[in-house]
Amino acid sequence: MSAEMLVSLLLTTMTAATPLLLAALGELVVERAGVLNLGVEGMMLTGAVSGFAIMSLTGNPALAILTAVAAGALLAAIFGFLVLSLMSNQVATGLALTIFGTGLSALIGTGFTGRPVPGLAKLPVPVLSAIPLVGRLFDQDALVYLAIVAVAAIAWFLKSTRGGLVLRAVGEADLSAHSIGYPVLRIRFLAILFGGAMAGLGGAYLSLAYTPMWVENMTAGRGWIALAIVVFAAWRPWRAAGGAYLFGGITVLQLYLQGSGLLPIPPQLLSMLPYLGTILVLTLISSGPFRARFSPPACLGKPFRPPT
Amino acid sequence: MLHVDRRRLLLGAAALGTTALAGRILPARAAGPFQIGFLYVGPVGDFGWSYQHDKGRKAVEAKFGDQVKTSFVESVAEGPDSERVIRQLASGGSQLIFSTSFGFMNSALKVAKQFPAVKFEQATGYKTAPNVAEYNGRFYEGRAVCGAIAGHVSKSGVIGYVGSFPIPEVVMGINAFTLAARKINPAIKVKVIWVNSWFDPGKEADAAKSLIDQGADIICTHTDSSAIVQTAEARGVHAFGQDSDMKQFGPNAHLTAIVNHWDDYYIARTKAAMDGSWKEQSVWEGLKDGIVEMAPYGPGVTDAARAAAEATRTGIIAGTLHPFTGPVKDNKGTVRIAAGATPGDADLFKQDWYVEGVQA
Amino acid sequence: MRILVEPRRQPSRRLWTLTPILALVLTMAIATALFAALGYDAADSFMAFFVSPLTDLTGLTELAVKGAPLLMIAAGLAMAFRAGVSNIGAEGQLIMGAVAGGGVALAFWEQSGPWILPLMALAGIGGGMAWAAIPAFLRVRFAVSEILTSLMLTYVADLFLNLLVYGPWRDPDGMNFPQSRLFNDDETLGILVDGTRLHTGTLVALVLALAVWVVMTRSLLGFRIRTVGASAAAARYAGFGNDRVIWFTLLASGGLAGLAGLFEVAGPIGQIIPQITPGYGFTAIIVAFLGRLHPLGIVPAALVVALSYIGGENAQVLVGLPKAVTGVVQGLLLFILLASDFLVRYRLRLARRAGAAA
Repeated sequence: MSAEMLVSLLLTTMTAATPLLLAALGELVVERAGVLNLGVEGMMLTGAVSGFAIMSLTGNPALAILTAVAAGALLAAIFGFLVLSLMSNQVATGLALTIFGTGLSALIGTGFTGRPVPGLAKLPVPVLSAIPLVGRLFDQDALVYLAIVAVAAIAWFLKSTRGGLVLRAVGEADLSAHSIGYPVLRIRFLAILFGGAMAGLGGAYLSLAYTPMWVENMTAGRGWIALAIVVFAAWRPWRAAGGAYLFGGITVLQLYLQGSGLLPIPPQLLSMLPYLGTILVLTLISSGPFRARFSPPACLGKPFRPPT
Repeated sequence: MLHVDRRRLLLGAAALGTTALAGRILPARAAGPFQIGFLYVGPVGDFGWSYQHDKGRKAVEAKFGDQVKTSFVESVAEGPDSERVIRQLASGGSQLIFSTSFGFMNSALKVAKQFPAVKFEQATGYKTAPNVAEYNGRFYEGRAVCGAIAGHVSKSGVIGYVGSFPIPEVVMGINAFTLAARKINPAIKVKVIWVNSWFDPGKEADAAKSLIDQGADIICTHTDSSAIVQTAEARGVHAFGQDSDMKQFGPNAHLTAIVNHWDDYYIARTKAAMDGSWKEQSVWEGLKDGIVEMAPYGPGVTDAARAAAEATRTGIIAGTLHPFTGPVKDNKGTVRIAAGATPGDADLFKQDWYVEGVQA
Repeated sequence: MRILVEPRRQPSRRLWTLTPILALVLTMAIATALFAALGYDAADSFMAFFVSPLTDLTGLTELAVKGAPLLMIAAGLAMAFRAGVSNIGAEGQLIMGAVAGGGVALAFWEQSGPWILPLMALAGIGGGMAWAAIPAFLRVRFAVSEILTSLMLTYVADLFLNLLVYGPWRDPDGMNFPQSRLFNDDETLGILVDGTRLHTGTLVALVLALAVWVVMTRSLLGFRIRTVGASAAAARYAGFGNDRVIWFTLLASGGLAGLAGLFEVAGPIGQIIPQITPGYGFTAIIVAFLGRLHPLGIVPAALVVALSYIGGENAQVLVGLPKAVTGVVQGLLLFILLASDFLVRYRLRLARRAGAAA
């Protein structure tokens, strides 16, 4: 494979990984706070359609992205109210959120099918984008960069800030956090809103940058993959980036392999590769010398009621 | 017990409902407009296969006005759900039912047995019954027109083809396209990528990108979204649209599109069912009868390409040109269609091989 | 004045049965308002969505046909979830059950005899179990999360089914369309009520749900499962192996999902096609929790969820409600049902002074 082809492959991988990574990062923060939200797919779809609608009506990409973020957060707020205030079951409520969001997005999007919008503008990074061959990797739209910056920012927040420490404490030991005086429910609610916002952003990436259009169910299951990536990442941001790029990379690679005609095996088997590859890699890192001493946040999925 | 209470409530509500409101939702069959039901496999907002069928439904409504009443169910799963929905349409008073995906065929046949007075129209498939007709478009004819254009327009000689699933429709489309393209430029190579989905715009875009990276300067698609045309536009290559005219997604990239045009067929069959002349039939119509139409040629279609495309189109309509006229060799070198021969319809469906020049 | 929330010492028995009903009524009210707000005839929409599936024999039997796979899968999942094992790949286990059991049917398509159907059922259970065994093994041996593996394997199962139906299992007389031969009479489930699709599998589903209830409440095994779910440490202290519970619950839930898949292909479908399930494996997760992980709660939960799907279809047919609206209503129904549990466990009281809360 030529170097140029490799760069092309990386370039396609970056766009394929970005929506997964954005949504996974949001969910990662939610889960570190001790809440499991399986409604990522529904929030992504709602974000995608809301962003697209505003882009189509106003032509303002910043406003469109903000709307998508707000729409994702709004849907997440419903979830937050149900699981935090009313202590409904998180797994089931998240799944219901996906059904709700899928329907809602289709309802909002009725008038927007088949309408094209201009994609997000490319923002070349000075100097880097001028490098021959690999320069292309540094000429992307804002959300691709944002996803990478978000990885660093969230990693730093969780590890080195007081807020991150509190968030982790809430996810690991809610009763202790409460007894020290942290508002467990409020922190969890904020985390849920953040998760919704990031899922909305991931959805907006699909409808505004990846394939600038709206069609029902256009996320095609990416919300579920984002959830799997959080598990793959053992709840750590940099590993989430690795997971998203791994999954996106194998998906794109199998398409290139099909196109090259080098591997004469059925396309269904090639299409299995991203899923099998993710399982294999996770098994290897779980059993090898890098064995992750990292289990899910202790309070994940459990309701919390302040003792009276 | 919980379940007893809940069920009792539902039954109670049901009893209340039947006495109070039942007359409202089930109009008597004889009186009132002629009812027509439509069954779609995707959402009407897919801007593809189901969207085009729904356009046909709207054309029926526009044509017959108050004389008809149409209803539709979208995104019906092809498993056990479809039989229930078809039965619901029939028992709800529909006198004519269009089930618009191959996966509905066996369900439609089962329900048709129970409702002999209701007429059924099954899009794509191969079985009929006294009250079940089957219809389909010869989309491969449109593919041949696209192929003629591609043979002239492609400079690299590599054409990318994004496929959904290797069903007969898609396989014969790839073959017709490749044969037509190679008639003009025998060096043309067609690379196929299967995305194993009818509908995943992101993955379709990725497949298109990988084909472009591997030298393709025209992308053809047999999936349902407009992502391919859009990606081609962004990368400065050409593409063909699918199901409907997609030029707004790539004004420069869009060469033409195969447009599924069901309006006239639906109107004709509705008329036949209403006046009693409806008969079981198996219809496979193409460019000649207007089920398959070509969208206006885009700016990338050169004069030579346009001439070749029109020659192909008019030849097919006149019956002087068959896209599969032999000799046709498969991509392993075996002669599949003898020189001068043309395959029958059943042979077209049985194609599970690819013609010379296809890499699938 | 503010509202105080107080936990009940015992979940309220009365509200335990009353809240789902209240929730249903509330959903119906909100949904009807939504129909009206969107410009549809509120009364017609209400009738079509909530009542029409219950007004005739066909509707009621269809409810059972749609509810049976949900019930069977959810009963198995309830065991797993009780043990703290998050099997979210029942969809894939269902597909593999249909593949294995349907494979038996295709292998013996020229034969007849009463032995074929039981053999298919066994293969179906085996197929589901085998697919669930992979996450079980990876979890026990390598501590790999079953959430990820079971979900990823669902996509693999779907592609595997595709591979077969587009390849070797294609009906040789089927004009190359992706579908297998039709199963013969001895390979399809019997019909309980003539003229309907109510098949013997629905009865089996009910019996199996009851069996799960007996296992969970009356057996040592059920006790172990509940103990491990409550606290893995306590279970170890009591001498119960966590690993064995993981294996058992994954295999049991996988086997039940596999049998549900076989019942779909040997029942309503009658052959193998690329799309066997409209998401039963995922919907069953909601059913399991809606039924409070209790096998007897799951029976009405499965029926209510089945009703919401069939009602959605009917609303499209009868009043032209778009599918999008039915999705929104379904989401609302689930939200309200899930939230209503709150009243079972907590009591609301009005207090005059904020200080009274402490």
